[in-house]
Amino acid sequence: MKFFPLIWSNLKRRKVRTVFTLLSIFAAFFLFGYLAAIRVAFSMGVNVVGADRLSVIHKTAIIMPLPVSYKERIASVPGVEAVTFLNWFGGVYQDPKNFFPQMAVDTDTMFDLYREMVVPKEQLEAWTADRTGVIVGKATMERFGWKLGDRVPIQGTIYRKQDGSPLWEFTIRGVYTGREKEVDTSGFYFHYDYLNQASRGGDLGFVGWYVIRIADPAQAAEISKKIDSLFANSPAETKTQTEKALAQSFANQVGDIGLILTSIIAVAFFMLLLIVGNTMAQSVRERTNELAVLKTLGFSHGQVLGFVLAESCLLALLGGAMGLGLAWVLITSVGDPTNGQLPVFFLPGKDAVLGAAVAILFGLATGVLPAMQAMRLRIVDALRRV
Amino acid sequence: MFNALSQVATVTWLGLRTVGQRLGSSLATIFGVMGVVGVLIVVLSIGEGFRRALVSSGSDDTALVLRSGSDSEMTSGLLRDHTRIVAEAPGVLRGAQGPVASAELYVVVDVPKRSTGTDANVPLRGVQPAAFQVRDEIEIVEGRVFQPGRNEIIAGRSAASEFAGLEVGNKKRWGGVEWTVVGIFEAGGGLSESEIWCDVGVLQPAYRRGSTFQAVYAKLESAAAFDGFKDNLTTDPRLDVKVIRESEYYEAQSRTLHSIITGLGVFIGLVMAIGATFGALNTMYSAVATRTREVATLRALGFGAGPVVVSILAEALFLSLVGGALGSAVAYLGFNGFRAATMNWSSFSQVAFQFAVTPPLIALGTVFALVIGLIGGLFPAIRAARMPVATALREL
Repeated sequence: MKFFPLIWSNLKRRKVRTVFTLLSIFAAFFLFGYLAAIRVAFSMGVNVVGADRLSVIHKTAIIMPLPVSYKERIASVPGVEAVTFLNWFGGVYQDPKNFFPQMAVDTDTMFDLYREMVVPKEQLEAWTADRTGVIVGKATMERFGWKLGDRVPIQGTIYRKQDGSPLWEFTIRGVYTGREKEVDTSGFYFHYDYLNQASRGGDLGFVGWYVIRIADPAQAAEISKKIDSLFANSPAETKTQTEKALAQSFANQVGDIGLILTSIIAVAFFMLLLIVGNTMAQSVRERTNELAVLKTLGFSHGQVLGFVLAESCLLALLGGAMGLGLAWVLITSVGDPTNGQLPVFFLPGKDAVLGAAVAILFGLATGVLPAMQAMRLRIVDALRRV
Repeated sequence: MFNALSQVATVTWLGLRTVGQRLGSSLATIFGVMGVVGVLIVVLSIGEGFRRALVSSGSDDTALVLRSGSDSEMTSGLLRDHTRIVAEAPGVLRGAQGPVASAELYVVVDVPKRSTGTDANVPLRGVQPAAFQVRDEIEIVEGRVFQPGRNEIIAGRSAASEFAGLEVGNKKRWGGVEWTVVGIFEAGGGLSESEIWCDVGVLQPAYRRGSTFQAVYAKLESAAAFDGFKDNLTTDPRLDVKVIRESEYYEAQSRTLHSIITGLGVFIGLVMAIGATFGALNTMYSAVATRTREVATLRALGFGAGPVVVSILAEALFLSLVGGALGSAVAYLGFNGFRAATMNWSSFSQVAFQFAVTPPLIALGTVFALVIGLIGGLFPAIRAARMPVATALREL
């Protein structure tokens, strides 16, 4: 520690260069922070969905509806603890670009199955009591500046009301937050009964898909098979799979784009590091004769090596901490750079740790070559150089 | 004036000739700018390619008729009688077999993706015979067209290459019916190439849709006939429909993904550009530092401060332009035409597309490169010009 002032004054030797180097490192790690967040956004929460939940969808495609009568039959399958259903509403709030998912759900069971969506008890009761009530996720509430009790008009694109009007009004009775950060809080959940009774033609007779909770996740495959065999050869055959498998199939559908994007950013990150590394290595090389002077004064090989490494690590850590820090602040407070179009966007803690590790590695890597050269330096040779 | 210009030329030439002596740091600048421009262009080319796949599918003289209130075929629904009224409406082009209008049904089916083996939603479109006149760019490149009334399908070129089992002669089972692939078609790179087509008459019973359709595609007499056609249908009391130009419909569908990709691309590009600008600043400052005595000698010989500034700026711009050109080249050679498929959320189905590195993107990349060069060169240049000649000459 007593050599810290020496390292510090070395860094101050060329203040402008040090500052620029620091800022380059800062930019690289800032990018790293966003890279981690974008990766999470494109994985679409595959990692959080409950292992004890199965989804039952139409065998042909998820957009095909299933008869409402399936609920009782699914519930009767041994091993099934609870059943709920969801129905895609596909409405538009003001403008199609304000997209967020709206679902008509079974009020009694929905939030019992989705325990990762946390709703205060009194709000849940208020929602259940109001037929036009809706529970909205925190992200969507903040995106549109909604408050509890607000009335929200949604233009239906699939469903119309009995009078033929496509305009549906909902009252916000509750707000859900995610038990974990990975939980998508952009959802909008209202009463299936409201949809069923108020829509033109009345009594829909079908729902979008079923979600069930099973007592023992190890039995998932067996129960899936049982449910599917129940409806085999009927007009609406089903495909039962774990929610994780379903979420994964969606992530796969979005496809290579997330992978390509993250790979490109990763390349960009390493390119920035390479450039900065070059500058840092160069600045050590320029000081070869100073290092020789240090050795003349009696500093050992090891100490000289230590000075050079400490200097590059200090720069890398400072820049890395600043970059990751600002990325974290911006990601948390401002959100994603596309104005809320990515529903899940945060910097995972383990990626922040990874970033710090990369920063230290980077400091060591850029310092080690010139430091080795400095260590092996013969004093006479170095002093002779101009 | 001439004197000043020749001074600029001399000093700039001197600077550029000696770039080789500062190879390490010059290469770092070139490399940095190359990275910025390359990344920016590649990311944006994803969005551009996606948009191109959708937009090139739409033509101005084709109208799309949906149920009012719906914003995609997926959510629309029309009765057979209504589709007849639409087809017979004034403004619709008439061919030898009657109006050039096709009432269609659009469902999605699960087909495994070749790359991952996992199921993806691929559109299966039931069409009427006139569909091939409405979209006259369609061409069968392998096999033949499906025969009306039979469970036969033809697959778009992109669909056949992205998804497994769509080769001619293969059989597929969807909606409780067995389908035979009888042909492969191309559609000038448009959206239809991501789809599978069949006769709407066999798709309706297979999916229990009775005699309903989802959309009517109508070829109009001309692009200008659109407004009259639209007014006519939207005021018809028998109908409750929405009429849009096909081109606008696809433009709107591409908007969400395009804006996500563009937002991310520009953001990443900017952050990288900031990092690379500091790199360029470092390079140019050290270039100025190593040339201190040289610059001072020039000044002592009577060269003005202006030419010195210009020469250093020129050197920075030169380096960044070389970087920009390399970055564009890498993006173009490595990624233009790169094939990918993703979800089109508006229709809940897969779109296959190719990355498109377009001239405007390259222009944008070049602008980024120039700005980095300008900022990276300006401050060091000013410092070089301000150095007092006497002290600078003495410097080692």
